[in-house]
Amino acid sequence: MLALLFDIFWTFFIIGLFNFGGGGAMISLIQDSIVTTHQWIDAATFTDILAISQTTPGPIGINCATYVGYEVMHAAGYSGAIGVAGSAVATLAVVLPSFIVFFLLMKIFNRFHNDPRFTTMMSALKPATAGLIGAAALILSFNIIPVEGSFLPKVEIISYNFPDWKSGALFAGAFAATYFFKANPIYVILAGGILGLIIY
Amino acid sequence: MQIMGVFAKIGTFTIGGGYAMIPVIEREMKDRGWIDEEEIEDVVVLAQSAPGLLAVNMAIFAGYKIRGLKGSLAATFGAVLPSFAIILLIAIAFTSFKDNVFIQKFFQGLRPVAIALILVPAVNMARKGCRKWWQWLLMLLTLVLVAFLKVSAIWVIVCVLIVSVAVASAAEGRKKKC
Repeated sequence: MLALLFDIFWTFFIIGLFNFGGGGAMISLIQDSIVTTHQWIDAATFTDILAISQTTPGPIGINCATYVGYEVMHAAGYSGAIGVAGSAVATLAVVLPSFIVFFLLMKIFNRFHNDPRFTTMMSALKPATAGLIGAAALILSFNIIPVEGSFLPKVEIISYNFPDWKSGALFAGAFAATYFFKANPIYVILAGGILGLIIY
Repeated sequence: MQIMGVFAKIGTFTIGGGYAMIPVIEREMKDRGWIDEEEIEDVVVLAQSAPGLLAVNMAIFAGYKIRGLKGSLAATFGAVLPSFAIILLIAIAFTSFKDNVFIQKFFQGLRPVAIALILVPAVNMARKGCRKWWQWLLMLLTLVLVAFLKVSAIWVIVCVLIVSVAVASAAEGRKKKC
């Protein structure tokens, strides 16, 4: 149990340290480390956590880390206080790097900011982060299985998240509403849930 | 204590995280006369370029400007604690509600929407962040590496950090020689 808690701490510490680009980037890193690499929870559970994190108050990244910390312990057969410990450890670990980096670099942060190396770094991190988040959305929608000896992988839709055409329509509608019409994400999510109650 | 309270309020009443919090934090700080306009702009810019979550970084930076390390700790705890408590309650409750037929239908509708909503910031970031050809290439490369070739996202970030700093340093070196 302590070993698992330590693993959670370390994993979330690394996520916090290499998280450039806010909540969306953090979600892609959590998805990558926890679901893909460690396989502590599956893509289906993660999607539910994601949906809840987007609708509850507070930073999405913190919500997601807290919930995943609990769920990892729960999936490993622990519950109650130990699940809470998983939450606390994940949340603390994901915040800690920001603290350390800030207090280490505080004195030089202002100078840093105009350094050409720093600006180049940021201009490279932005597209990479966009790619990471895009990858997270892809991985939550499709099982992409590499095929031996073939350049093209096998791609199948994850039926838990996209069981039919209606879910595809919900996806397209939600994207259009938030991207083109700048609708408030909270209302879009709630509308999705209510539509789910009606059509399923 | 007061700092913690203010950030707890901000943390509780902003749904959607980071970017939704900036204007709220700005207003609260200014109204209380804790930091002035110019300082807030510094805080926002730095919080965006430091690793971690925007909201947490804002709390760390703003808290520090108000009252040093203690202010920093208080602000961060304030910003994190409400969402921690709320999520924990939901997490514990959800395990027993999960199999309820209405909850299942609700979530069936929610899931594709949740995925669409993480795609939106990705597209926005790509539009703002990809100005030059190498940036588009880097974005596509990251996408393919992580989604199709199962390369760890952390490694991609580490490589991007190292290569970009190396390239920029080399360019600086050349400039100095000329």
